Amino acid sequence: MKLIFLHKYHYGDIPGENTGNATTSRPASTEWPLWEVFIRSKQGLDHKHVGSLHASDAAMAIENARDVYTRRQEGISIWVVESKHIHAADPAEAQSLYDPANDKIYRHPTFYDLPDELTHI
Amino acid sequence: MITEKEQLVSFVLHLADDSLVLGHRNSEWTGHGPILEQDIAISNIALDLIGQARNFYQYAAALKADGATEDTLAYLRDAMDYKNALIAELNKGDWAVTTLRQFFFSTSKFYLYQQLQNNSDTTLAAIAEKSLKEVTYHLRWSAEWVIRLGDGTDESNARVKTALEYLWPYTGELITPASYEQAQPGIDFAALKKNWTNHVLQVLEQALLTPPVNDWMQSGGKQGIHTEHLGYLLAEMQYLQRSYPGCEW
Repeated sequence: MKLIFLHKYHYGDIPGENTGNATTSRPASTEWPLWEVFIRSKQGLDHKHVGSLHASDAAMAIENARDVYTRRQEGISIWVVESKHIHAADPAEAQSLYDPANDKIYRHPTFYDLPDELTHI
Repeated sequence: MITEKEQLVSFVLHLADDSLVLGHRNSEWTGHGPILEQDIAISNIALDLIGQARNFYQYAAALKADGATEDTLAYLRDAMDYKNALIAELNKGDWAVTTLRQFFFSTSKFYLYQQLQNNSDTTLAAIAEKSLKEVTYHLRWSAEWVIRLGDGTDESNARVKTALEYLWPYTGELITPASYEQAQPGIDFAALKKNWTNHVLQVLEQALLTPPVNDWMQSGGKQGIHTEHLGYLLAEMQYLQRSYPGCEW
């Protein structure tokens, strides 16, 4: 039996029909790198992934994010990270990665009685 | 004899025209930006400027109190009535002209609004305070582009150098007050000029650019004497209201 190890893929580099970045026909030197944008909508909440954009450097990526993703007051804080630094699990391995959790209901904390005052659980 | 109120109306119209005309020029990039993200950025700036223009026009209309509205002031005045600085009406040119022009323009507005937000005229002060937040971003955005282009590739450097030669003679008007500006209380135009010059030279230096030695300056826009470009701009912008008076959508 062949063991399948986790392969690391750059975001957007997932092979096959899921290929996200098919725009590599131009030479890399003239193509601005891709950045992933994370926005915090209000104080106390997490930064959430909202999309991606092209920019020549981190400063421009933040400005572009401001212009593209916060035009309608969506956020109060912006993170950007170059897409190549994000590694993704291979969707082909989804069965072995995620399905085993299906029948393990004892991992869900559903057997506790929670006081009414507790929200956001 | 020009009354104090007439001077104020001229001053407010000048501020409105500056913002409207440059806003319209920048809007010409919508759908034509060099890259999607910057297309949105320049369109946002265009909208900010047109929003500022509306505030100023509404105030001017209220001051005039002769039936004028923000719309009649924007759409039914001729080029010779427009008081915008010449630099705002020049064609959008390439990205270097657009960003460098925005930088010169926003630097002057930044220091002017900083002073105006404490003006005794509370309406002007309120508009200035609101606009200043937007202008601060325009200034940051445009200065970064000037530095990127100047300190970028051979081509970007050559383009922004050409833009600098072209635009420089139009910068004098930004820091030389017209009579109706000087008539306004509480504005230190000498400080404005000093701040503008310091900031511009500092950014140009970072961008590896030196301003042209010839410092002869164009003027006239603030008095209604415009370049040939404004007529074309107004023809396009005012076409609908001129052809179909009162048209709304």
